[in-house]
Amino acid sequence: MAEVLERQNTYLAAFERLERELAAAGTPALHRLRKAAAARFAELGFPGPRDEEWRFTPLAPLARIPFEPAPHDRVGDSCSFRIPSVPKGVIVCRLSEAMHKHAALIEPHLARYADWKKHPFVALNTAFVCEGVFVYVPRGTVLEAPLFLDFHAGRDDDGRVWHHRSLVLLGENSQVTLVENYSGPMACTYFSNAVTEIVVGPGAMVDHYKLQREGDRAFHLAVMQVQIGRAANFSSHAVTQGGQWVRNEINAVFEDEGGECILNGLYQASGEQLVDNHTLIDHAHPHCASHELYKGILDGKAHGVFNGKIYVRQDAQKTDAKQTNQTLLLSDDATINTKPQLEIYADDVKCTHGATVGQLDAEAMFYLRSRGVGLAEARTLLIYAFANDILRRIQVASVREELERSLLQAHHLPAIDAGEEDV
Amino acid sequence: MLEINNLHARVEDKEILRGINLTVKAGEVHAIMGENGSGKSTLAGVLAGRDAYEVTEGEVRFDGKNLLELDPEERAREGIFLAFQYPVEIPGVSNTYFLKAAVNAIRKHRGLPEYDAREFLKLVKEKMKLIHMNEDLLKRPVNEGFSGGEKKRNEIFQMAVLDPRLAILDETDSGLDIDALKAVADGVNALRSPDRAIIVITHYQRLLNYIVPDRVHVLMRGRIVKSGGKELALELEERGYKWLEDSVREPQSV
Repeated sequence: MAEVLERQNTYLAAFERLERELAAAGTPALHRLRKAAAARFAELGFPGPRDEEWRFTPLAPLARIPFEPAPHDRVGDSCSFRIPSVPKGVIVCRLSEAMHKHAALIEPHLARYADWKKHPFVALNTAFVCEGVFVYVPRGTVLEAPLFLDFHAGRDDDGRVWHHRSLVLLGENSQVTLVENYSGPMACTYFSNAVTEIVVGPGAMVDHYKLQREGDRAFHLAVMQVQIGRAANFSSHAVTQGGQWVRNEINAVFEDEGGECILNGLYQASGEQLVDNHTLIDHAHPHCASHELYKGILDGKAHGVFNGKIYVRQDAQKTDAKQTNQTLLLSDDATINTKPQLEIYADDVKCTHGATVGQLDAEAMFYLRSRGVGLAEARTLLIYAFANDILRRIQVASVREELERSLLQAHHLPAIDAGEEDV
Repeated sequence: MLEINNLHARVEDKEILRGINLTVKAGEVHAIMGENGSGKSTLAGVLAGRDAYEVTEGEVRFDGKNLLELDPEERAREGIFLAFQYPVEIPGVSNTYFLKAAVNAIRKHRGLPEYDAREFLKLVKEKMKLIHMNEDLLKRPVNEGFSGGEKKRNEIFQMAVLDPRLAILDETDSGLDIDALKAVADGVNALRSPDRAIIVITHYQRLLNYIVPDRVHVLMRGRIVKSGGKELALELEERGYKWLEDSVREPQSV
C-alpha cells in the first residue's frame, strides 16, 4: 500500500517537473485540461485491492517500479505512421503537430470521451497528453490502404513511461482501416500507458486492428474509447502476445440507432505473463448489434483476465448482443478469470453470452490422430486452429498472413502453401 | 488382413463387446449390422484406437501385427481408416492443410518423400473427381458449417486421399437423404479394390442396396450372433432383429 502511494507521488512529481514543457504544446485550454486531469489522478490514486474493476489484476508489479517519463522528443519519435498516400482532405499527423495546426478540429473531441474523471490511468495519460497520432477523415472519404500507427520502444527506453494519446475522427460515411502496432525490445522494462479515442461518424466504417507485441518485460495499459454514430460500423481485432503485464480496455458506445460493433480478440501468454482484456459495449440506443469473440491460449504460469460488460439501456429495444470468451489452458499452473457482465434494462432484446475454459478437445485430437497425425503435431495443429479462428477474420492480408506465419512457426508447423489456404 | 479373436471391451465398468470373432480378407466388403447399443460403434472405436474403451480380453491382428498395442496414428499409418459417425468440426484449419498433414505423416511412416504443394494438389484434384467433391469444401475449415451429407462425403474424400488398406465406415448412412446416400455410396464403390477391405457398420439395410457386401454379420449385445451373405441384410430388413434374440442367450458357437 505504501508503495502504491509513493508511486502515485512519483507520477505527480514528474508532472510538476514537466509542466512547463507540456504547457508549450497546444492551447492554454488544453493545458488547463492537463492540470485538471493531474489533480484528478491525485484524487483517484492507483486502484485499490477492493476496486471491482481491478480485482483480478495485481497492480503491485506496476507500482513497484519508479518509471521515469521518457524525454519529450523521444515520446514523439516513438510513434509514427505509415500510409502509401493521403487522399485530399485527410489529415494524418502527430498529435503535437495537430495541437498547433488543427486546434479547432481536435479540441471539441480530445479527452471528451475517454473518462479521465473516473479512470486513474486515463487521468494520468490526460495529464501528460502531448504525443500520439491524429487522424481526420472527412465526410464521404474512403482510405483504401490500411493506415498503420506504430508505437515502438527502443533499448534506451528501459525504466521509462510514456502516455501516447491518439485521436481518430471519422466524418459521415467515411471509411478507414487502422492498424495500431505496439512493439519493443526484449529485457527492457518500460510502461506504455496509451489512450486512443475514435469517433465514428454516421454511416462510417472503421476496421481496427491492435497488435500488441511489446517486449517480454513491458508493462502495457491501453484504453480505447469508441463512439459509434448512427448506422456506423466499428470492427476491432486485438491480438495480444507480448509484455509481462498487459491490460487492454475497449469501451464502445452506440451514440445513435442502427450501429454495429464487432470486438474480436486473441491473447496468447506463457511464463508469468498477465493479460487482462476488459471490454464494455454500451447499447445506449435501439437497433444496434454487437458481436464479441475473445479467445485465449495460456501456458506456463500465465494469468488471463476477461471481463466483458454489455449494457442494454432501457430505450435500447431490438438490441442484438452476443459475447463469447474461450480460453485454452495448456498447463496446470495457467489461470483465467473470466466474467461476463450483462446488464439489460430493455425487454425486447436478444442477448447471449458464453464462456468456456478448458483443454484441447479430446474428440478432435482423436480425429486428427485417426488420420495419421502424431500426438504432438495434432496438439499443435489444434492450438493453431483455435488461434487461427480469430486470425482468419483479419481483413488486412499482410497482417493476417504475418500473424499466421509466426503462429505456425511458433508451433513448428509447416507453412501454408500459396493457393492452398482460403480459410 | 484383419483377424479379431474373442475380443472383449468395456467402457468404465460396462462390458460392451463380449467375445467378437471376425476375419476380413483383402478385397472383401463386410457389413456389420445391429441395433443401437449392440456394440457396433464400440467395435469401430476399438479398431481405430479410441481410448475411451478398455480391451479386457482377446486380440486383433492386422496383417499379422498386434493392432491393439498401436496408437491411433500408428494404426492410420499402417493403413486403417475410420469414417466417423460424427465427423469433428475444426474451425481455423482448412480441409487441405489438415489433409496434407495427414498424407505426409503417413508417407513419412512408409519411408516415402513428403508431398510438396504441387504434388499434393495433383493428388487432391484426382480424388476430388473420383468422389465428385466440391472444390469449395476443400478450402473451408474442416467440416465447419458442412451439411450432414457434406461431412460424410468429406470422410469418404479423406479415405480416397489417404488410400487405406482397411476402411471402417461407422454409420456413414445416418442422417442422409437418398441423394446424399447414393453419392456417398458411389464414392465408396469407386474405392473398392482387391487390395482393400471395407467394413460397413450400419443400422439399416438401405445403404447395402448401394454398397453391396460380400458378408453380413449381425451384432447383438456385444457378440456376432449371425453371419451370412448379402441376403441376410434383406432378411433383417423384413423380420427385424427380434427373431435373433434367442441365439444371444445361447453360448456363442464359432
